[in-house]
Amino acid sequence: MVSKKKKVPNPHSGGSQKKKKVPNPHRRVVGVGVGVGVAVAEWSWDIPLTLPPGRREPRVAALHHCLQIGVEALKAKLPPLDVVELVVRELENNPHFNAGKGSVLTSNGTVEMEACIMDGNTKNCGAVSGLSTVVNAISLARLVMEKTPHIYLGFDGAEAFAREQGVETVDPSHFITPENVERLQQAKEVNRVQIDYTQPIQKEILAETHTANGDSQIGTVGCVAVDSHGNLATATSTGGLVNKMVGRIGDTPVIGAGTYANSLCAVSATGKGEAIIKATVARDVAALMEYKGLSLKEAAAYVIDECVPKGNAGLVAVSAKGDVIMQFNTSGMFRACATEDGYSEVGIWPSSMQN
Amino acid sequence: MGGWAIAVHGGAGVDPNLPTQRQEEAKQLLTRCLNLGISALRSSLSAIDVVELVVRELESDPLFNSGRGSALTEKGTVEMEASIMDGPKRRCGAVSGLTTVKNPVSLARLVMDKSPHSYLAFSGAEEFARQQGVEMVDNEYFVTEENLGMLKLAKEANAIVFDYRIPALGLETCSAGAGAAIDNGLQMNGLPISIYAPETVGCVVVDSQGRCAAATSTGGLMNKMTGRIGDSPLIGSGTYACNLCGVSCTGEGEAIIRGTLARDVAAVMEYKGLGLQEAVDYVVRERLDEGKAGMIAVSNNGEVAYGFNTTGMFRGCATDDGFMEVGIWE
Repeated sequence: MVSKKKKVPNPHSGGSQKKKKVPNPHRRVVGVGVGVGVAVAEWSWDIPLTLPPGRREPRVAALHHCLQIGVEALKAKLPPLDVVELVVRELENNPHFNAGKGSVLTSNGTVEMEACIMDGNTKNCGAVSGLSTVVNAISLARLVMEKTPHIYLGFDGAEAFAREQGVETVDPSHFITPENVERLQQAKEVNRVQIDYTQPIQKEILAETHTANGDSQIGTVGCVAVDSHGNLATATSTGGLVNKMVGRIGDTPVIGAGTYANSLCAVSATGKGEAIIKATVARDVAALMEYKGLSLKEAAAYVIDECVPKGNAGLVAVSAKGDVIMQFNTSGMFRACATEDGYSEVGIWPSSMQN
Repeated sequence: MGGWAIAVHGGAGVDPNLPTQRQEEAKQLLTRCLNLGISALRSSLSAIDVVELVVRELESDPLFNSGRGSALTEKGTVEMEASIMDGPKRRCGAVSGLTTVKNPVSLARLVMDKSPHSYLAFSGAEEFARQQGVEMVDNEYFVTEENLGMLKLAKEANAIVFDYRIPALGLETCSAGAGAAIDNGLQMNGLPISIYAPETVGCVVVDSQGRCAAATSTGGLMNKMTGRIGDSPLIGSGTYACNLCGVSCTGEGEAIIRGTLARDVAAVMEYKGLGLQEAVDYVVRERLDEGKAGMIAVSNNGEVAYGFNTTGMFRGCATDDGFMEVGIWE
């Protein structure tokens, strides 16, 4: 029995001829200046072009702000691992994103946050799930990486570790915003049948529903960074899925699914967690570069176009060479990136639709 | 189209001084599980059903580190995890932090089949188990005398430990047992191999229709922090299946996660065009530090393969044409 062969773009089809928007390779080679490639993204299931400015503008402003923090940190020669942690902390603290304060709610109305961080060269990584009181989940993931013999801690054990480490914790109500209480209510009305286990489950319907304002499923935040030495890092943080079952783990903390970095590239993916897990999205971008010789751009396009159903995923990624890519097959993705040569971009919808 | 093939494992990283009797018991259990899988395949059960069936059997037997006989957390409790993946549509289910579910692999299957999610953990997973009406037992059911002894030793060594057998033999002379362990010089995770044997269980199957599946189940590390999640429930790390192959890994969880080992076997087949055994060898050689882990794998054309760079791996495999092998050492 022969499995269906997927079409993989030919790595030799003019890849080297492509115009790169991103940094001048010559400056990098001689080591002059600072190599910067940072992208941040906040993902949405469905962002209608009619999204009211009131819902759009605070997020775009926050992206500009976070991008600036990342750029300045790279210019100050902070290691990419520190940069991605710093930027994701900022995104977690912003209530307009589904991570930290502003996390969406479980079916019980509670918050269960998860996060993951990975360093490219060492492949050291840390992950956490099921947090309900930790202000910055991403920093706890970093501590798991650096202060425990493990990679991944979840739920009560992770909370106990947070207390041991003395990180900032607050009452769970701190994370709950009125918008998310409303989103949960709307989700429950739509999903009444799907969360009734006595009925056959229509899989994946839960994740596909969205409410009239079009942003009920706003997603995960992530950041990737590369410095002038080609050091890479990635970080992802999320409150998960609106109306998720208590105890549900998504793709974010799963190394290779939502988050992955090695010496070639750093990737942070976001979207429908279950689809990203089965497609091992973040690892596959790196694997296509490693095993098939694709460029970052080709690898990201292949994974988003061929490996994940349309409407399911987006990612931000940087390569050791300083390339940056923001790829998605959803209607839009809140995203931003900047590179050493002064290029920067902040967007929501595909660039063809924005002008 | 090839015939069916099956492989099972009971962990990578075995003490060379493991008593012969224990080695024999392990081989008998692996043989029994293989035969169970073979009969199921001959009765035309699908690959996904067979891996679940076989791993249930491994969980129910206290010999290896899964289900009954699971390693203990630093608090003396059991927290089990498992995952299962069906190759054809890459459907998957995973569970972590189970304390009362008799067969974690079957709950992982239910997460895959009956929930909108892929992965449930801790109290939410336990709650789901109750809703689904799976068999539940007290946490004590999973705790064996041997493991209590091992935990005590692990705490004395102030280390994280997997195993329970060698030190259990030396329970009356704890320090002597630990000394002997250190003497043999082999280490995993910075610990003497004799007190570090993962013994995670797993099964991979391709059925006669070329459908691949994989399942992995574990109690995790002896003396682990509560809440610790290892590679076994992580799709792409401990477990992976697609159209091409099914893979289950075992060893140092952290090394397996960093190497995304299970997915990488499939990825080098898919993206580099390697055959199954080549892919397994490549991943063991290129994606793993020496002495860290092992894996079993089947391909859609009925091949079976395994590889490890630890001292020994409990494993067994069989194919449609009558081949059958059960072994521990290289």
